[in-house]
Amino acid sequence: MRIRITFTKQGALRYTGHLDLHRLWERAMRRAELPIAYSQGFHPQPKMSLAAALPLGFSSLCEMLDVRLNEEIPVEEIRLRLKDNLPTDIQVTNVESVDERAPALQTQVLSAEYHVQLTEPVDGSDLKRRVEELIQSESLPRERRGKFYDLRPLVEVLTVDTETSTLQMKLTAREGATGRPDEVLTALGIEPEYARVERTRLIFQE
Amino acid sequence: MMKPEQIEIKLDRILLKVQKPGRYVGGELNITVKDWETARTKVALVFPDIYDIGVSNVGLKILYDQINQREDALAERAYAPWVDMEALMREHGIPLYTLESKQPLACFDLIGFTLPYETLYTNTLNILDLAGIPVRSSERDESHPIIIAGGHAATNPEPMHAFIDAFVIGEGEEVIHDVVNAIQKFKSAPNYKRDELLVALAQISGVYVPKFYETTYLEDGTVANTLPTIPEAPKLVNKRIVAKLLPPPVKFIVPNVEVIHNRVSVEIMRGCTRGCRFCQAGMITRPVRERSVQEVVDAADAAVRSTGFEELALMSLSSSDYTYINELVDAISKRFEGRKLSVNLPSLRIESVSVDLMDKLKQHRTGGFTLAPEAASERMRRIINKFIPDEEILNTTRDIYSRGWTTIKLYFMIGHPSETLEDVQAIVDLCRRVIDEGRKVAGWKVKLHAGVSTFVPKPQTPFQWVACDTRENILEKQALLKRQLLKDKSIKLSWTKPEDSLLEAWLSRGDRRMSEVIYTAWKNGAKFDAWDEAKKQEAWLPAFEEHGLDPAFYTHRQRRTDEVFPWEHITAAVRKNFLFQDFRQSLEGQIRVDCRLNCFACGILPTFANLRRENPGEGWKCPDVKSPVSKVNIELPVMGD
Repeated sequence: MRIRITFTKQGALRYTGHLDLHRLWERAMRRAELPIAYSQGFHPQPKMSLAAALPLGFSSLCEMLDVRLNEEIPVEEIRLRLKDNLPTDIQVTNVESVDERAPALQTQVLSAEYHVQLTEPVDGSDLKRRVEELIQSESLPRERRGKFYDLRPLVEVLTVDTETSTLQMKLTAREGATGRPDEVLTALGIEPEYARVERTRLIFQE
Repeated sequence: MMKPEQIEIKLDRILLKVQKPGRYVGGELNITVKDWETARTKVALVFPDIYDIGVSNVGLKILYDQINQREDALAERAYAPWVDMEALMREHGIPLYTLESKQPLACFDLIGFTLPYETLYTNTLNILDLAGIPVRSSERDESHPIIIAGGHAATNPEPMHAFIDAFVIGEGEEVIHDVVNAIQKFKSAPNYKRDELLVALAQISGVYVPKFYETTYLEDGTVANTLPTIPEAPKLVNKRIVAKLLPPPVKFIVPNVEVIHNRVSVEIMRGCTRGCRFCQAGMITRPVRERSVQEVVDAADAAVRSTGFEELALMSLSSSDYTYINELVDAISKRFEGRKLSVNLPSLRIESVSVDLMDKLKQHRTGGFTLAPEAASERMRRIINKFIPDEEILNTTRDIYSRGWTTIKLYFMIGHPSETLEDVQAIVDLCRRVIDEGRKVAGWKVKLHAGVSTFVPKPQTPFQWVACDTRENILEKQALLKRQLLKDKSIKLSWTKPEDSLLEAWLSRGDRRMSEVIYTAWKNGAKFDAWDEAKKQEAWLPAFEEHGLDPAFYTHRQRRTDEVFPWEHITAAVRKNFLFQDFRQSLEGQIRVDCRLNCFACGILPTFANLRRENPGEGWKCPDVKSPVSKVNIELPVMGD
């Protein structure tokens, strides 16, 4: 069967990267005695995929993982078995069964929403102006790891609440076209280490 | 003192700037996080190397569980931050903290370091400094934690005597409770005096408090004696052991980032009866005590279930000598059949039986088969008391290749006592013969990996009297190996840098004066001495010079037969007489058989006669003790041999 697990990733787990998270889930499934299906061949790989890589340091309320199991097990039981077999900073919020033939999870992500809490005081009106400028701009050329790209079309929504010093972002998250919240912060003149970023929603193709 | 919340806020600002920030945040599965306020005694356990290495250390895990099982105490962990993290911590004023609660180390009552090897000494100083705790024991007062250390390197505690308040000699499982109890008793007193607590610690069997001892030296620079300065401190500190191994830990910590060993380790037995003369572990971990097959298999099963690890290591100094090794291997294969678990059985004897054992455990022949002849000529193997005829080695390697392994790893050492270039040449010849014989049974694909390290004489072993090879000797021997083996495509050669071996040699047989050298070297920037990327070799020689000490005095000097060693007042219960006799036999090329076949009266039985009497039968591999109970058990009596 194919299952889809929705989980949070917070606290210390913010500093566990994509590959390590993969291994973490593989071990969690083993502890929970859920029989993961493995690929054939000399180096069998678990049939498991995460929806969208979450940059290091960010927390999330909505990570998703698809896993194929060799057995049919009621989803409620899967949820129960996983409960005690994960580090405290990962909480499973949903387990559902998915059509085996459904397209791969990571190809279906369109965009992601982020909640950003600024941890240093900022000048509210100044921040508002900068957000406004960013939205008004036609393009935002940026460089990341030696590659030039335009950040502007990747920013779908950007709002600010100066009362609470928070930002809401909706960024494109398609394969090959992913907006990073820390890049948006840098574009706004905010050092990313002075902000706490949490992914709140992944938006998929219908 | 900085609060955990403040530390966390500061951490968030720096963690994305360092390699592998997951090392510094905790939150792993199977950790114990207890309420800080209600625990009366707070213990920080420190492995003074990076998280990637320290997190899987079984010794600290045992202590972590022991302390956390108590209602009145908690234990948390800390490791050495890598250089990038350390620099940022210092820049941002973040003291070293524990991973569980993020409390600064300085807030704990007790800090326990494990010192399995000497190259962790400078890191230990660095960690104390990073924690804001005075590095020197003499500069600490009632407001500071008590600093203890244990582990194999503590067999000669003297080079670190200035920095550690109390050393635990031997096994820590029971004595840690005595230490915690003493701390509780004294620290809760209204006018707690650090010195009174230290006196109490000095009276616990197996605990050495260097402050209460004084060393005098002879004119030639060797030790005249080390004597206690207070009546409460024993003249001879005897190691502690447990009569019966406690149930092994099963809830291993599962890191959230990749580390060196992602595996379950179950200790199947402790100690070794082989008596290899170079091997410190084999001398200081006596007597041999075994766990039952049932206990090992159940623990392995529980641990694999609680961790999800893909690998199981059955640990001991000599797996082949475990009495029920066949039964164990059968039971493990049966229990874990079809569960995608790779099982390691290290330290197998060089004989075909070992190949049978590995055959049962391994479905795949990947990863190579490891054997440790340690020396390549029969003459040398007699000297080190690891006697195996050449034919036996060749029969075994032939067998390994013919059963489908394509790679064999052979471990050797150069620098054994009385070694000549012919003995080193024998390594080359043996490697070639192994390959030639292998090709006859398995064709051209056979490969050999020769790991050739350099022997460093260790305290409390029969070779504690011998000189270590000089840099020139080592280089000459390594050149011989490289000249002949590096061009051979079937053989891979690896070796230890002479500087690394010499540093280990200075430190392992150092005396009290060496602590000033360590301090100065650390001040000069030495740390992570086992890491090529971070060590600062050039810090050491000026440190020796500054304190008027000659490094060669510690490394290249043959000790007098009547020399008083810096560690003379510390004993692993194996008598100096026994070691000396064994050393003399070595010079004559005489071997001593496995001591299960013939007790050579090493000193363990008279020292632990009471424990043995209370635990008769096959759990220990020493003969039973039937003599009447003796109450006096402090000084080492001489056994009538």
